[in-house]
Amino acid sequence: MLEVSGLHAGYGAFEVLHGVDLAVGQGEIAALLGANGAGKTTLNRALSGLIRPSAGRIRFDGTDITGLDPALIVEAGLIHVPEGRLVFPDLSVADNLRLGAYRRAKGRLRSNLERVLAIFPRLAERLGQRAGSMSGGEQQMLAIGRGLMAEPRLLILDEPSLGLSPLLTEQLFALIARLHGDGLSILLVEQNVVQTLEVAGMAHVLEHGRVAMTGPSAELSRDSRLRAAYLGL
Amino acid sequence: MPDFDIVTAALVGGVLTGGVYALVALGLTLIYGVLHIVNFAHGALLMVAMFGAWFLATALGLDPYAAVPVVALGMFCVGWALYRFVIGRVSRGEDRAILLTTLGLSVVLENLALVLFRGDTRTIETALSFEMVEIGPLLLPVAKIVSAGVALVLAGLLWAFMDLTATGRAIRAVAREPVGARLVGIRPDRMFALAYGIGVGCLGAAGCLLLPSFYVSPSVGENFVLVAFTIVVLGGMGSFPGALVGGILVGVAESLGGLFLGESLGPISISVTFIAILLLRPTGLFGAAR
Repeated sequence: MLEVSGLHAGYGAFEVLHGVDLAVGQGEIAALLGANGAGKTTLNRALSGLIRPSAGRIRFDGTDITGLDPALIVEAGLIHVPEGRLVFPDLSVADNLRLGAYRRAKGRLRSNLERVLAIFPRLAERLGQRAGSMSGGEQQMLAIGRGLMAEPRLLILDEPSLGLSPLLTEQLFALIARLHGDGLSILLVEQNVVQTLEVAGMAHVLEHGRVAMTGPSAELSRDSRLRAAYLGL
Repeated sequence: MPDFDIVTAALVGGVLTGGVYALVALGLTLIYGVLHIVNFAHGALLMVAMFGAWFLATALGLDPYAAVPVVALGMFCVGWALYRFVIGRVSRGEDRAILLTTLGLSVVLENLALVLFRGDTRTIETALSFEMVEIGPLLLPVAKIVSAGVALVLAGLLWAFMDLTATGRAIRAVAREPVGARLVGIRPDRMFALAYGIGVGCLGAAGCLLLPSFYVSPSVGENFVLVAFTIVVLGGMGSFPGALVGGILVGVAESLGGLFLGESLGPISISVTFIAILLLRPTGLFGAAR
């Protein structure tokens, strides 16, 4: 579904990714782990077209999407729910969700809206509220809901549990498992290593702009190096 | 003390003029709200619109009211193209550069108009220019009533567009969260060009509506743009209802000031209203503290 090969990217002259190779299969949850500054967010920004890679290839569904405009990448069905949510603060919850279908799945806006509101009943109660006035957890639901409105073929979730309470984080991971159960392919970027490895099929560990480890998450969770680095065990 | 009817007439006249002021301010506040820059070319572009309407009236005999859709659409295209080919390119998205580019544009446009039309002031006479209508005890110029009515209808249409269409929502989304907007597939540059075009399109309509009651000259924009800046700040930067209410408020202040203080001292009432409101509400009437 998604194949990244030899990807170099960064900001101006400052290179963050020094040749990343990674693949996400159809219907799979792939975990992307790594410490702060390892390049996770940069990788996501390159995948969704926010920054232009300096070298390497990104193939999505067999098509080369390297360096395309984000609008075209969204149109292809690669949807990025960004770190920090980036919802539209002045717009109502309903308008935020409607804009999720701005580029893709416009014709099924109504049925998708119903589906998203069924997943997030809290949002249904707050359709008219300004998105910026909601709590962090609610804004996270809104950001994911906005992503789902585009009928993603691959959903990138960047640090979705950041700033959420343990209870909300628990609910979030249940939701991710549920979306996966419905057949959605997900690239999950998380600092919450234990829970992430529980839901993910494959896991990739990014270190200093390169993939340092890759393998089935069950194996990785037993790996002594990973346990030492991220779990403090 | 002037008698009651005269005061009422001034009040109503002020509301009517304010309606057209509001349209000029609406364009300015839209551009500010989306692009976060003050459009210094606003006055010059209003002048262009008024000359456009004047040209259509004198050369083709087109009534300014009938010319509203033509000039508004024409000015929309001018604004869109200015952003797409001049402002957007020159500034590379840097706010400071956009500001200076619009300032430069205004100098170029005003001097171009001076070369083409000299400094003379021009007026036109329309079918409605001298028509008056009696409403109760009031005698009101028909031109002003029609202008204010058209301005309000256009403001309503603009509000509906911004609130109820996908494109309008996308413009509002880009205003505060351009990165989030790109991630749902919105192209911010297109929205910026569209917003600038719509803001300038408002001037096209306003130019037509002002023509029957004001003279045209290359420097005419200055008179209105200062008032429009006042309205936008007083109403709350970037606020639609702020521009509407502010426009009418300023129209009334100007009209009553003219009545009680005389023509030369009258405009002081705009500044007094402005200062008084900002003292009470520093963010403007409808401005959100950010």
